[in-house]
Amino acid sequence: MAGVIIVTGSPGKPAADADADCLWNAIARPRGPVTDHGMSEPVLVVDRLHRMFGESVALENLSFSLSRGEVVGLLGANGAGKTTAMSIILGLTTATSGSVSIFGMDPLKNRIAVLRRTNYASAYTDLPGNLSVAQNLRVFAGIYGVKKPVPKIHELLEMLEIAHLKDRTTGHLSAGESTRLHLCKALLNDPELLLLDEPTASLDPDIADKVRKILRRIQQERGIAILYTSHNMRDIEEVCDRVIFMHQGKVVTEGSPAQVISRFNETSMEDVFIRIVRDGDLEAVGK
Amino acid sequence: MSPGVIQALVLRHLYLYRRNPIRLVELLFWPIMEMMVWGNLSVWLDKSKGGAQIPTFIPYLIGGVILWDVLFRAQQAVAISFLEDVWTKNLVNILVAPVRPLEYVISGCIVGLLRIGVTVIVLSILAASAFHFNVLQFHWNLVPFFGLLMLFGWTLGLISSALILRWGQGAESLAWAVPFLIQPVAAVYYPIGDLPWWAQTLGWLLPCTPVFEGMRGVLSHGTADLRLLGLSVVSNLVWMAFGAGIYLYVLNAGRRNGTLTRVTSH
Ligand SMILES: Nc1ncnc2c1ncn2[C@@H]1O[C@H](COP(=O)(O)OP(=O)(O)OP(=O)(O)O)[C@@H](O)[C@H]1O
Ligand SMILES: [Mg+2]
Repeated sequence: MAGVIIVTGSPGKPAADADADCLWNAIARPRGPVTDHGMSEPVLVVDRLHRMFGESVALENLSFSLSRGEVVGLLGANGAGKTTAMSIILGLTTATSGSVSIFGMDPLKNRIAVLRRTNYASAYTDLPGNLSVAQNLRVFAGIYGVKKPVPKIHELLEMLEIAHLKDRTTGHLSAGESTRLHLCKALLNDPELLLLDEPTASLDPDIADKVRKILRRIQQERGIAILYTSHNMRDIEEVCDRVIFMHQGKVVTEGSPAQVISRFNETSMEDVFIRIVRDGDLEAVGK
Repeated sequence: MSPGVIQALVLRHLYLYRRNPIRLVELLFWPIMEMMVWGNLSVWLDKSKGGAQIPTFIPYLIGGVILWDVLFRAQQAVAISFLEDVWTKNLVNILVAPVRPLEYVISGCIVGLLRIGVTVIVLSILAASAFHFNVLQFHWNLVPFFGLLMLFGWTLGLISSALILRWGQGAESLAWAVPFLIQPVAAVYYPIGDLPWWAQTLGWLLPCTPVFEGMRGVLSHGTADLRLLGLSVVSNLVWMAFGAGIYLYVLNAGRRNGTLTRVTSH
């Protein structure tokens, strides 16, 4: 799996890997832009997105791409534009200008085809509170056309450790339990692109740790591309291959967590975050 | 269009009723209450028949009440199944899932049909036992009228959903008011000929007006005017296209000005 090789690969790439890449390029990969990682065809390409809400700018010239098997963290203060970016990718909001391409398709023109292979979980939405956990998952399994819904649902409930809650009324779940249910829903269709807006908000440290490991595992096993927002810097350091720091709708810095930390001469992502947010627009600081 | 998706969306409502039987009460409460009131009135009228002649406006009024209820309930069913997703903040999950707007609307209509089915069965049993009223002796000529009113009710439900999608839950009461906006010119309880010309013009633009006019025809001479039925069919199709257009317009406008995410999440 090209994505995994590269994610775990060292900077000085062994010749064998490079050869394998060439071969892979030759036989399997459709032509198209290549990411800065030299990975496979990007799953998601966001190109110069701009979004105004009245007079205020929510996104300014936002560009990035996401390859198969890559977890990218979208970071930034409250109001930086993270959710807006996700909404545009998902087609919930349109961009004022710029474009999005998913699996090489325009999601506005191929909405259904794109959404079948994508999924989303957010701390800001709910599943119908008056249905049971299992009922909700069965409904969404039907919507996503899951072939064998019963074993799939069972597997996901087990994986997120909420199998004992399957007959519980969804509205009666604790915040952390319902977050895990959202993740089950988001994994039902084995998405190739997963968008998670603060998925670990309200999880206790134990479950948050488990969720991070699960995300890491499914990303490695299935080569899912994950776009992730979180205010928990521990999440970001552990889960993300790459982070994109946004400030007032613009990208301030980008790179692996380690690269970003060293670029800012700080010791942790948390310190980088605070510096970016307090110092405002700081392309200079980052350099 | 995917039958699997529609089935899943309908399943969501079946689960809802199964899990929350109290919702069935809402489904049956109003029809049963109305049935008792109008059934008792009919019984009383029947008894007093021997004496004075019943004025013709009485059956007109009852017919109007019943048919109006069909329209109103159909509108409500579609609007409620939409609101159900707004109330539970589930709409985003639907909007980011591979669900076409048409599949969503059709599932709402199927739920509406199931609701009406349950209501009709329960009411028929009740009517047979309480008032010795046999549905099979019913004016069968009225059945197409029921269907046409239901169609228009669904269209109004779609328009109500669009209002909520555009203005959020604040527009909920407006959504309930939609059928009553048209009631004065729809000739529900009185012949359209008695309205001023401009109200008549407005009235004839609605698919339900020929139905109410036709209903009075059936009640007074037993036959349905096919021209009225035809007019209602055509008008229904035009209105459905109009309702669908409004819904899609609002959906896309919501994407453009960013209100869609505001209405659908918290
Ligand atoms: N529908 C909308 N209408 C008007 N302004 C909006 C809308 N959606 C977002 N905004 C504005 O755009 C900016 C970016 O908001 P967004 O929700 O994307 O931030 P965020 O990075 O997700 O923040 P948080 O960390 O708090 O979730 C904010 O200033 C917000 O007020
Ligand atoms: Mg946000």
